[in-house]
Amino acid sequence: MPLVKGGRIADDRFVRVLDDAPLPEGVPVLVPAARLLADAGDLRRHAAPVGVLWPNSQRVTELVPHLNWIALVVLEFPKFKDGRAYSQARQLREQYEFRGELRATGEVLRDQSLFLHRAGFNSFEVKKEADAAAFEEASRRYSVFYQPTGDGRTTALRARLARARSGAVQETDLPAFHSAAE
Amino acid sequence: MTAPQQQKLKVKGPVVITANRLRDGAVVYRTAENRWSTAIDDAAVATTAEQAKALLASAAGDGIAAVDPYVAPVELGPDRRVLPGNLRERIRVHGPTFELPGI
Amino acid sequence: MYRYDDFDERLVTERVAEFRDQVKRRLAGELTEDEFKPLRLMNGVYLQLHAYMLRIAIPYGTLSSQQLRMLAHVARKYDKGYGHFTTRQNIQFHWIKLEELPDAMADLASVKMHGMQTSGNCIRNITTDQWAAVARSEVEDPRVWGEILRQWSTLHPEFSFLPRKFKIAITAANHDRAAIKVHDVGLRLHRNEDGEAGFEVLVGGGLGRTAFIGKTIKPFLPKRHLLSYLEAVMRVYNQFGRRDNIYKARIKILVHELGAEAFAKEVEAEWEKLKDSALALDDTSIAEIARRFIYPEYDASPGDDQSELNATLAANPKFETWYKNSVARHRVAGYEIVTISLKPEGKTPGDATAEQMNAIADLADRYSFGEIRVGHEQNLCLPNVRQRDLFELWRGLDEIGVATPNVNLISDIIACPGLDYCSLANARSIPVAQEITRRFRDLDRARGLGRLHINISGCINACGHHHVGHIGILGVEKNGEEFYQITLGGRADEKAELGELIGPAVPYGDVVDVVEDIVETYLELRANPKEIFLETVSRVGIEPFKERVYAAR
Repeated sequence: MPLVKGGRIADDRFVRVLDDAPLPEGVPVLVPAARLLADAGDLRRHAAPVGVLWPNSQRVTELVPHLNWIALVVLEFPKFKDGRAYSQARQLREQYEFRGELRATGEVLRDQSLFLHRAGFNSFEVKKEADAAAFEEASRRYSVFYQPTGDGRTTALRARLARARSGAVQETDLPAFHSAAE
Repeated sequence: MTAPQQQKLKVKGPVVITANRLRDGAVVYRTAENRWSTAIDDAAVATTAEQAKALLASAAGDGIAAVDPYVAPVELGPDRRVLPGNLRERIRVHGPTFELPGI
Repeated sequence: MYRYDDFDERLVTERVAEFRDQVKRRLAGELTEDEFKPLRLMNGVYLQLHAYMLRIAIPYGTLSSQQLRMLAHVARKYDKGYGHFTTRQNIQFHWIKLEELPDAMADLASVKMHGMQTSGNCIRNITTDQWAAVARSEVEDPRVWGEILRQWSTLHPEFSFLPRKFKIAITAANHDRAAIKVHDVGLRLHRNEDGEAGFEVLVGGGLGRTAFIGKTIKPFLPKRHLLSYLEAVMRVYNQFGRRDNIYKARIKILVHELGAEAFAKEVEAEWEKLKDSALALDDTSIAEIARRFIYPEYDASPGDDQSELNATLAANPKFETWYKNSVARHRVAGYEIVTISLKPEGKTPGDATAEQMNAIADLADRYSFGEIRVGHEQNLCLPNVRQRDLFELWRGLDEIGVATPNVNLISDIIACPGLDYCSLANARSIPVAQEITRRFRDLDRARGLGRLHINISGCINACGHHHVGHIGILGVEKNGEEFYQITLGGRADEKAELGELIGPAVPYGDVVDVVEDIVETYLELRANPKEIFLETVSRVGIEPFKERVYAAR
């Protein structure tokens, strides 16, 4: 699955170690949640960045004590219709202020690109080759955002208030209503 | 009339494969030439589960033309007419069971 | 009437462009049906028995005449000349072609209409009282909050892939015309002891396979916290709602399985972290939305309107019958609220032709400040009619067949499309409704029976809201035949209750006779003519009705 990061297809420098095998030395590693929680001490001493694969059914509060040293959190979309990881992502970014790499894996399709970005993901293991090239472009489909997330995009409300304050008002109206005295 | 796509494949009489055409949603039937026709009379009729499965497999592979194919019961009329075999299929052939408003 | 601005317009236009691209990719085979289906659902596009169905949102049930004319245009150009108003204040077109959808959506977008989130596992159309802003007892216009919620929930990045659909309804009047107690979230805007306006928040109401009345988890939520609190509710649901079984995936199941108290605790814990976030609504933000609502400039001096009206009523019995049935008191002297019955004898409840839609749009321009409302009981409403205009309006409505004086009577039936249209259905509902209206065509008889709500659903998904009908009728299938279960005593208002099943399902051919038996029993048992059907059922229970219905069957 191609990795999209920083707007382009990138190499994944993290090696997945999904069992109890010893960690390859000096290489960034990606381990499952259970291993992180059990071997945190050892993993902290690993001489390269460590990432965790966090299940979408497990509360992120359990991950919080480790957010200040891990480099990567990978959240999963077993089916793209399973949207639990959007909540996890927002909590990690907005409540726990995680600043490392937040990656989406699983059924990651370009039509969810904007939602993923807005939720706080900044890298994507995209399911289809064809989607990888179009992934960034898909996130630019909309220029209006109604609700605030941690992504810093200005909401329509804020933009309206700013415009009202600056006195520049342009509106397209529906046809004017009749006044009663006709 | 439980959604037919959820039913297990049991063939207890003549059946056809039917679906909705992708581009406009029109009711279509799988023919013996592995095409789709809007006329139920053109439908290939299967009388065994194996035949039905084969037709269904070929239909399911044609995802560009038609959506959600399934097995539907029919009755065989005189002159090789193929008639819908239950109320749901009758409605799919003839439309709603009352006069439509509108034009 | 909300005025959309360039932001709202741009979003809808961008949505149309995105969908056009998605349709193109689907038709070219670049998207499988599995990948495309959730995307089209989130634009209100269903695949039904005969064709695609397009469901268009009518936010909080408010339409301008311009928008209604566009719906007529869509009916003529892309469909078979008619549309169907639904129990969620939306409109549906049943004969749409996928390849024409992007063009239809572009036409709709030109009047700020769309099908966004009218289907799919996301937050759906926010519904409210069709008498909002004109009802006599009301804290404030609930549609302002409907619009705040609409914007918050549209293309919400976190809540577009929920375990299941999510429906929110809001009321601000003493009498709940929005059925908030059978919604996933129900909001009741009211004043507390200090006179402060705020929301009672109910969760976990809903019909369908497992019906529940909503439970209050927050008796009083100050207005400024509405979005942050609901964000907390949605986040708890998104994370813990069941995803293993489609029939157990609504929030009502989560609330039931956790218990309302435990659920409320989860929400409070999450809300603590969100309370003071960017979602907090200060007065300026609320005002920014509220100021975009236009209200009619009512004539402050109604003059001799009332006495003139009385004279016209006395001289025109047919007009008077209609007036007594279909017209309700407005909060402004000299004005009235008119209900337009879409339940004529023998026709499909809730349907309107393109001609009718155009005519109603013209009448709205002439007599109701260009505004129309859609009610969840599948009738329309002109909310602001001057008394002196009622007679001419009535003549215009009568001419196009939408002045049957049967509002709230036995022939004012709520029915889902059923097996004639819907691929989920087990049985037909429309012909049953039509037959009932024919049997009870005598309006004197109907009036004699008083307020009586019949709700018909063609399957357990309950889009006809049969659980909350005074008489509820649910279609089921037995050995390839259509049968119908009958429930009695349901209601959808502030005293919401689920109906009680009276016995085994009866065959299609018997349903109307069964309704007649039930109605005859009511007439025999009612304490006096003022006791409505619902009250009689409540007083005597279902036994007498059960006995009568099953005696001969």
